[in-house]
Amino acid sequence: MNAPTTGSTGAAALKRHPRRLALIGAVALPFVLGGCQLPSFWGYRGSTSQAHDEFTLYSGTFIAAIVVGAITAALIIWSIVRYRRRSDDIPRQFQYHFGLEITYTIVPIIIVLALFGFTVVTENAVDNVAPHPAVSIDVYAFQWGWQFKYAGEDVNVEGETLNDPDPIGLNGGACAPANRCLGPGLIVPAGKTVRIYLRSKDTIHGFYVPQFNFSRYAQPGVLNKFDLTVQKTGIYRAQCTQFCGLYHSEMFFHVVALPGAQFQQWLDSERNVTFPPVHRPTGPPTGVDTTAAGTASHASTSTRKAAA
Amino acid sequence: MTVLAERHAVHDHPEHHEGPTGLLKWMTSTDHKVIGMNYIVTSLVMFFLAGLMALLIRYQLLSPEGGTSLGRLSNQQFNELFTMHGSLMLYLFAGPFAFGGLANFILPLQVGAPDMAFPRLNALSYWLYLSGSITMMLGFLSAGGAAAFGWVGYAPLSESTFSPGAGPDLWILAIALTGFSAIFTGVNLVTTTFYLRAPGLTMFRLPLFTWAMLVTAILILIAFPILTAAMVMLFADRHFGTHIYTVAGGGVPVLYQNLFWFFGHPEVYILALPYFGIVSEIIPVFSRKPMFGYKGMVFATMAIAALSTGVWAHHMFTTGTVLLPFFSLLSLLIAVPTGIKFFNWIGTMWGGQISFKVPMLFCIGFLFAFLMGGLTGIMLASPPIDFATHDTYFVVAHFHQVLFGTAVFAGFAGFYYWYPKFTGRMLRESLGRWHFWLMFIGFWLTFMPQYRLGLEGMPRRVATYDPGLGWQFLNQLSTVGAVIIAISFVFMLANLLVSWRNPVPAGDNPWDGHTLEWFATSPPLHHNFDRLPPVRSERPVWDFHHPDALALAHSTNGNGTHREPVGVGSSSDDGHE
Repeated sequence: MNAPTTGSTGAAALKRHPRRLALIGAVALPFVLGGCQLPSFWGYRGSTSQAHDEFTLYSGTFIAAIVVGAITAALIIWSIVRYRRRSDDIPRQFQYHFGLEITYTIVPIIIVLALFGFTVVTENAVDNVAPHPAVSIDVYAFQWGWQFKYAGEDVNVEGETLNDPDPIGLNGGACAPANRCLGPGLIVPAGKTVRIYLRSKDTIHGFYVPQFNFSRYAQPGVLNKFDLTVQKTGIYRAQCTQFCGLYHSEMFFHVVALPGAQFQQWLDSERNVTFPPVHRPTGPPTGVDTTAAGTASHASTSTRKAAA
Repeated sequence: MTVLAERHAVHDHPEHHEGPTGLLKWMTSTDHKVIGMNYIVTSLVMFFLAGLMALLIRYQLLSPEGGTSLGRLSNQQFNELFTMHGSLMLYLFAGPFAFGGLANFILPLQVGAPDMAFPRLNALSYWLYLSGSITMMLGFLSAGGAAAFGWVGYAPLSESTFSPGAGPDLWILAIALTGFSAIFTGVNLVTTTFYLRAPGLTMFRLPLFTWAMLVTAILILIAFPILTAAMVMLFADRHFGTHIYTVAGGGVPVLYQNLFWFFGHPEVYILALPYFGIVSEIIPVFSRKPMFGYKGMVFATMAIAALSTGVWAHHMFTTGTVLLPFFSLLSLLIAVPTGIKFFNWIGTMWGGQISFKVPMLFCIGFLFAFLMGGLTGIMLASPPIDFATHDTYFVVAHFHQVLFGTAVFAGFAGFYYWYPKFTGRMLRESLGRWHFWLMFIGFWLTFMPQYRLGLEGMPRRVATYDPGLGWQFLNQLSTVGAVIIAISFVFMLANLLVSWRNPVPAGDNPWDGHTLEWFATSPPLHHNFDRLPPVRSERPVWDFHHPDALALAHSTNGNGTHREPVGVGSSSDDGHE
């Protein structure tokens, strides 16, 4: 009702504090420059086209969050420093300021609606499924491993972490200890649209590839489909994220993106091979960056079920 | 001006409420204050047990293989511990501490009532809660160990095929028991607020804590029956041959998630709104100002509650079975009323005379913690960002910042604030400040590294991780933070011990409080009040003690009007002084 002093939040406070303005300016600058290289904010820039879309949204939202958070935190800090008790006087009693209250209702609504707009555009791009994907792969999650079946190709890769079929021969037929294993490999062609049909054979699991900025549940009774277009050849570690029981921590897999011709070569060699492939003496194919995978020892051949 | 507590002549008051004392009183009382204390003590025991479990979890994550050279937890032990840590914190601490403990004790006092509307139902609530808590803990003694499927108990992992044994059954029964307890408390709080208010205490003069508890209680009545029903069906699946959540018999596993989160998301606000209410009590008192935007605060509370019933599927963005834009928009919109609350809190401090007593320190800790947790919550409300971070430590850090901010920072703000009312004794400021600062430092050290771990792809609920990924250092930082938090609570326990051994009398109104509980004696009489001040605004006790302060423009207490306390009940002669 009668609170003229409370009008001086936000903008007025900024005018009095040029450094705060400079901070916000510095944070917003890359955004203003057209987002040619958005700061990563510890996230992955993404290795699929879908992941790039997610990353742009993430980075932009992060910038907005810094601006909002910095203003709010500055107001809190200003209040507690400026208005700490210095005397036993009773301060002026005021309670309502209609204009101010409306302002901090409307402004957040606008911010949130803008964020929602960007969200819808991004999620439509991320969830878009192409009419004719280059490759279709049926992925089955189970306690505690993965199965990848290449539709129409009679190629099947299946493995648990300690009994690692490792189709391109990174670390042999098996590995230990479990937390150093890569798990079974999902081989895809780089630069092409790959359709994943995701199912579960028992409990709920999470198909999650950190560098793809993407996860999706594998659930009994639900068929999830999505597209991945991996842009760079390489090996991407991946893991079940939805808690699924005793060996959830070790339910790894990895995605290997090969150049198109090499992918076809692998597919031909793998066709009609009985599972599991026991020994694969060839080293990693050329053009594949194995540094991302790290090294893995292979001492144990025991399977998970035997260990449990 | 000096503020002297208004002393009542307690000794002259004939205590004609001769009842049992000691253990018998604790077991048989229907007094809301005794039941409230029972709740507070029990829920704090649960909090400390769950905290010790958190330390074991953090111990395990010190190294990629788990533990140290002194030993490690097995996967099964680890899974049981994080399940029970979450279950105890959410079902047995954060909720019951607020609506069973603080609200039970304070809400009848704030509305000027002699007790809750249904005192015996109130006692039943507590005993259901206690038996539910014991039932859940008994899982550790069963042959197969305690439940080990996470605090959400997703089917089909929680079905007998994947989780056989008595531990999961005890967990399900415990949720059902505490669910009924919460429902009964909800009924009690709603009825008390609507029917037992003192004369003059209109709805828009209710203290904001009471408003928060009223809205929370309505949310409890919406949410908890769904949870209890979901648990009954899960139990039927396990034991009576139904197939509600199993594909094999034609059931739908994702139904469990829908039911659970239809409870679970309102539950998040059942755990947050009471603590917002506590902060809205403390900040005005220690700023010596009325709550800025009081009515906006009430509407914001109701808006949060309304929206919270329509956001459950934001926990299910990655299931591929929900309409993303709808749940995303509603989730994002919750930021608006929450933002209003933030600016109202800031507006209350603005232009005030802020005294940094321990309760206020904890409130400021809450503001920073919840700001960070809230901002990352907005990020998670956007499905594409959720796809990248779902079930990673990013989410773990987010909800710990939110829940630690509310239930722990604001919860202990309330504990320090009302402790003089509970006991008639003061807690020591210096020990309280140690508690606050250690907890504040430990809090940031524990959870900030977890955001980074999540962004790098560390999933939640893993007992081991790949040593080649460089996650060990951040995990160690987080563990150090957790230990600092644990140490901070040693100072709190010491504070309780000192106040017990060497009491400093509190007086009735040590903080120059605004609301009616500060007009009662400390601790309050058996029937709370023998007289009440006239209620002319939402700050009746402030108005009573500051007759010379300029009245608020909208309140009806002009200076010089009748401001003598009025006797409660038939004794209008006000004969105690």
